[in-house]
Amino acid sequence: MEEINALMHGFSVALSPFNLLLMFVGVTLGVIIGVLPGLGGANGIAILLPLTFTMPPTSAIIMLSCIYWGALFGGAITSVLFNIPGEPWSVATTFDGYPMSQQGRAGEALTAAFTSSFIGAFVAVVMITFLAPLVAKFALKFGPPEFFSVYFLTFCSFIGMGKGSPWKTLTAMMLGFALAAVGMDTVTGQLRLTFGFHELMRGFDFLVAVIGLFGIGEILLSMEEGLKFSGSKARINMKVVIETWKKLPMYWLTYVRSCVIGCWMGITPGGATPASFMSYGVAKRMSPNGAQFGKGHIEGVVAPETAAHAAGTSALLPMLSLGIPGSPTAAVLLGGLLIWGLQPGPLLFVEKKEFVWGLIASMYLGNLAGLIIVLTCVPLFAAILRIPFSIVAPLIIVICAIGAFTVHNAMLDIWFMMFFGVVGYIFKKLDYPMAPMVLALVLGDRAEDSFRQAMLISQGNLSVFFSNWLVGGIMALGLVMLFWPLVNKLRGRA
Amino acid sequence: MVHGHFSGNSRMIAILAAAALGWAMGSTPSVNAAAWEPTKPVEFVIPAGTGGGADQMARLIQGIVAKHGLMKQSLIPVNRSGGAGAEGFLSVKAAKGDAHKIVITLSNLFTTPLATGVPFSYRDMTPVAMLALDQFVLWVNADTPYKTAKDYIEAVSKAGPNKFKMGGTGSRQEDQILTVSLEKATGTKFTYLPFKGGGDVAVQLVGKHVDSTVNNPIEAVAQWRAGTLRPLCVFDDTRMPYKQRVTATMSWHDIPTCAEAGVPTDYVMLRGIFMPPGVTQDQVNFYVELFRKVRETPEWKRFMEDGAFNQTFMSGKEYAAWVEKAERQHRELMKEAGFLAKP
Repeated sequence: MEEINALMHGFSVALSPFNLLLMFVGVTLGVIIGVLPGLGGANGIAILLPLTFTMPPTSAIIMLSCIYWGALFGGAITSVLFNIPGEPWSVATTFDGYPMSQQGRAGEALTAAFTSSFIGAFVAVVMITFLAPLVAKFALKFGPPEFFSVYFLTFCSFIGMGKGSPWKTLTAMMLGFALAAVGMDTVTGQLRLTFGFHELMRGFDFLVAVIGLFGIGEILLSMEEGLKFSGSKARINMKVVIETWKKLPMYWLTYVRSCVIGCWMGITPGGATPASFMSYGVAKRMSPNGAQFGKGHIEGVVAPETAAHAAGTSALLPMLSLGIPGSPTAAVLLGGLLIWGLQPGPLLFVEKKEFVWGLIASMYLGNLAGLIIVLTCVPLFAAILRIPFSIVAPLIIVICAIGAFTVHNAMLDIWFMMFFGVVGYIFKKLDYPMAPMVLALVLGDRAEDSFRQAMLISQGNLSVFFSNWLVGGIMALGLVMLFWPLVNKLRGRA
Repeated sequence: MVHGHFSGNSRMIAILAAAALGWAMGSTPSVNAAAWEPTKPVEFVIPAGTGGGADQMARLIQGIVAKHGLMKQSLIPVNRSGGAGAEGFLSVKAAKGDAHKIVITLSNLFTTPLATGVPFSYRDMTPVAMLALDQFVLWVNADTPYKTAKDYIEAVSKAGPNKFKMGGTGSRQEDQILTVSLEKATGTKFTYLPFKGGGDVAVQLVGKHVDSTVNNPIEAVAQWRAGTLRPLCVFDDTRMPYKQRVTATMSWHDIPTCAEAGVPTDYVMLRGIFMPPGVTQDQVNFYVELFRKVRETPEWKRFMEDGAFNQTFMSGKEYAAWVEKAERQHRELMKEAGFLAKP
């Protein structure tokens, strides 16, 4: 009960009018940052960090973390409306969110996305409140083999998902791995596949590829199909929120699964992006409506959004309790902590109780504020689809280009974005799936690093992946996922 | 020292932020009428990812400059970590005559060109000032029986090659150079595991996935205070000067030098500032003066103490000479270890 008392004290700190104002300002700024692709939560916080130096540390962290919540909410908006993921963890939201919006159900998709985000975050905060020390210990169990097993599981839960030919899935995935290999190789410290071009040293950024593949690719398709949005008949009133809420409790099991996946990936610094992909893959596999996924099924929005937000929230726990950032945003926040003279680490919970519990209380309140703000704006967002294509499309292209440029301040990235746009168009025309390629691009180098680190530890012996219950269990789960479609097929024949 | 994945800020955002800052600060007190001062926001290049030692220091400096109004224009940190920092240094090298760009260094100023052959060196840039020198400490998990560096080195040499795992940041960078110097003392090989950032490395040691690390003090101090890590020795010829208690029983000064344990390695990491080539002396002087003021703030002093930094400040010829000597040292150490890029 000690936690409850501490939390109540935290609420009393967080609930001052000044802090409440900062919460709303933070969330609003965050939503704007989340909507602009490329300008992620980490950048937003880095830019606004100096604004907070004159505030007391607790107020400052409340505002910054609210920017973070806002960005998590905001990422879903463009994914649903224009098939452009505002943030990497919203990629999986496009798979069903965009088809829904094309069917005129944008309001429904947005409501489901925002509500799921809130539920995911809420569950994660409850976990942080009561299980922080225990959970921090669990995170320490993850060495290189364990990390590899997590990435392996993510890939496996995704393989065999595509409706088309498995060979096409494999081709797309291998292309993603090849792109991920470009740049610096952590294990040998040498440059790879740069062909002497210094510009290629930083590799292909996942965000640039995604903005091109999804955003520009989609615009090219719309141009071919008659220069208009198919979702323009979207209903725009608040009733849609209530109606969607009535449907959501049906998917409680998806919520439970997604929360577990999200919290887990957030604590082991896997992060929100793998969490959203894995959650989508698992939901498709486990749900009785699996065949509907990808055609505009609401569960396909619920699963990735819940997991992404749960992961994004629980990523703050390793930062507070261990001093390691679970995400780039958390890394920037960590810098802020140092400036306020706070030392993140195991003793923060003991030495700076007021700060930590004020932050945790603000997680509850900030998310609530975020939910209220974004839900009231659902009709507004949906109305964007009524603007004629000829006005919105050029705007989207400009925003995409700014986003791609922002990632590394590099002009070359805009050309890469255009190139990926053409690739995206060709993929769609030839019916190649884009998701496996994106997944391989975002997780490829991390999976490779942890695999090779594990091989160094074991001196090349593969049995290291089954050396204890944790890594063995995750690997076995991955293998089951991998061969599940095959087993199903064989059973069907017999 | 994160050489990891990250994202930076665009110039447009820099301007937006500058506008926001100006609005927040109202009228900032003006810097003493120097001959030159920045007329637009200054880009502060960090040739490493977010969250590492260089990144923390750069963001602290940004905060100090903003809080104390040391500069009319704002300082915008931009991470350019591609190619183990080569991306950041190359961008400074290319910005000839641009006085609105500065870069903070870590050892990759020396190690990256030597290990990869990417063409840049300190000679391609204008030296401004040395801010501090970062120390390296040999750490083990507090649950292990090794109380001194000697205990540990004996255990490693008894176990034989590749039995002990050393975790470090990057490959063929400072952490691996130090590992090689330890290998000379133990007469046997470690299994060196490269990770992307110093924070990751410390946590891998807490979780016992590696046996030791050579983290900077700031990267492991939180875990030391919590009693999960134990420092064995510092890679320097004198002990660190800070006598204030960090844990219940020990201060930074109580950590013996590695030389006392038979590892005569003296290695520090430069935290210094450089500018693009072709800038005027007036412009360099502005930044030297700016960093002098930064060093006088309480926030900076506290950061130095928390991270047990060596607070040597240098500028001008003295600094250039130090950098030249440091490059020679890196070339020798990396040549011995076989880390030089093949031409």
